[in-house]
Amino acid sequence: MSASTRPAWSFTGVTFRHEGARRPAVDAVTLDIPRGRMTAHIGPNGAGKSTLLQILLGVLSPESGVASFDGRLISAWPRRELAHAIGVVPQGETEPLFSVREIVAMGRYPHLGPWQRERAIDIEAIDRAMSRCDVLTLAERWLSTLSGGERQRVRLARALAQEPAVLVLDEPTSFLDIKHEMTTFELLRRFRDEGTTIVLATHNLNLAARYADELIMLNRGRVVATGTPRSVLTAERVSGVYEWPVSIVAHRGGAPQIDPRDAATK
Amino acid sequence: MSMRTRLLWPLSARLLLLGAITVVALFAAIRMGAVSMSTRALLDALSAHGDPATVTIVRGLRLPRALEAALVGSALAVSGATFQALLRNPLAEPYVLGVSSGAAVGAVISVVTGWSLLCVWSLPVLAFAGAVLSMLLVFRIAYSAGRRLDTRVLLLAGVVVGSFLVAIIWLVLTFADTESVRSAIFWMMGSFANASWRSVAILGVCLAPSLIILFALARPLNLLAIGEPTAAYLGTSVERTKVVALGTATLLTSASVAVSGSIGFVGLVVPHAIRLIWGGDNRGLLPCAALAGAAFLVSADALARTVAGANELPIGIVTALVGVPVFVWLLRRPAAGLTE
Repeated sequence: MSASTRPAWSFTGVTFRHEGARRPAVDAVTLDIPRGRMTAHIGPNGAGKSTLLQILLGVLSPESGVASFDGRLISAWPRRELAHAIGVVPQGETEPLFSVREIVAMGRYPHLGPWQRERAIDIEAIDRAMSRCDVLTLAERWLSTLSGGERQRVRLARALAQEPAVLVLDEPTSFLDIKHEMTTFELLRRFRDEGTTIVLATHNLNLAARYADELIMLNRGRVVATGTPRSVLTAERVSGVYEWPVSIVAHRGGAPQIDPRDAATK
Repeated sequence: MSMRTRLLWPLSARLLLLGAITVVALFAAIRMGAVSMSTRALLDALSAHGDPATVTIVRGLRLPRALEAALVGSALAVSGATFQALLRNPLAEPYVLGVSSGAAVGAVISVVTGWSLLCVWSLPVLAFAGAVLSMLLVFRIAYSAGRRLDTRVLLLAGVVVGSFLVAIIWLVLTFADTESVRSAIFWMMGSFANASWRSVAILGVCLAPSLIILFALARPLNLLAIGEPTAAYLGTSVERTKVVALGTATLLTSASVAVSGSIGFVGLVVPHAIRLIWGGDNRGLLPCAALAGAAFLVSADALARTVAGANELPIGIVTALVGVPVFVWLLRRPAAGLTE
């Protein structure tokens, strides 16, 4: 397989159990995550979405199975090289007294030695990332003075400053209002159109259906379905996995949209 | 409160300013004391000219004492900044891993057994040994809780080991004579009265490589201050960085405690003050804290030995009397970002 058609990630029978847990959080998962597309992991709380992302990122190592990125075992990737290839927007960071520019500049750390100053190309990458995420005007503000939506854009800019081929986002729009949620997904779509591979975990099924090319639906650590939103999101499957009856209505763009029913009409 | 609360100074300007303040503090501290002297006489004495008595006071007593205060101030401020980044806790300070209590156990043993009277080096050596042993115990407990070093467990282990050691100290002191209790308590509050060129040299030898190691870790420390997953995603070997940085900062603290006792608030207040003025980027914070810590402790020691006339105050009293109000003010500052 040539480098361009090879999937970004390839998992075969990957299983992971958290310390002391009886049931594996990720159970014999086999899947391919394609290059150059937007793939969304969906599934109820505790389905294994975050654990799967951490295995993708090499933070957790599977107890069995084969997990590879770019044709090479993830465990064989040095952390620094992985940081050149994958930009991450994680959840739940603390926010010490750093300016927006300092936070975005951290995206260049994997490219620099311990005593090396930022070169012209680093500063260019930082400015470009800030401008794309519309945070240039906030550059000298402290992160703690920004709104939730602005902070999320700063983290996205940091990931972009890494100039990665792949972006991984864990619940990128939780706690965001409609405007910031839409801005984030529109930005991600644009990055995808430019060739960046995007992988995200989300609870927002409707936006996942509208923006993602591929959905991976997880439940109890297992893959329930993969494919296009239209093929994955059937009323029967969503109702079963989320344990709540739903109807599917068609979005004008053709994406299936989930409409949870009232308790009374269950 | 303006949104733009940070002063945008280049690092060289910050270091120049703080360096100048440190030098002024050193000169002022050496001039102050029971025997006052002119700047001219001080400069003569520093180059071993002029009145022999003044030369002895300056070169034999006040200069090593001021230098020791400067080195300890640097060590504590840099350790404090490192612990705050690693533990992601603004209240972290150099003694959180029980180092000061461990050192105190060693010092108390030395005082109570009378060894400190037989050999001047028994106290600092035992104090250093106590500090290092307590650090190893805290690490051991933290590792026994899991495969990785969880900084929350480390912090808890530090607190409980510290409490346990304090209980041992009081147990020993309960059966000790009054004079031993008095010297032990004075040691615990910290003092530079026993400063010598030899202790300055030992501290300098510990400080120089430690500062180089910690300054080189400034970038990974920035990432760890945000979160360990983020640091890993940005290419840091998280476990290795934590162990090296914690070990270096703790050894630095142990060396300081061994020569001068535990001096509170320097490691807490100085890094926070620098952060509030110039931000939390450790590439600037660590060197600035090293200089500011030196200037702060040199000034505090000058006050400690002069304000009460012939009675020398324990330096811990001066740093706490200055440090606590400053810290309360820091906590109340809305832009401090200490509340989440």
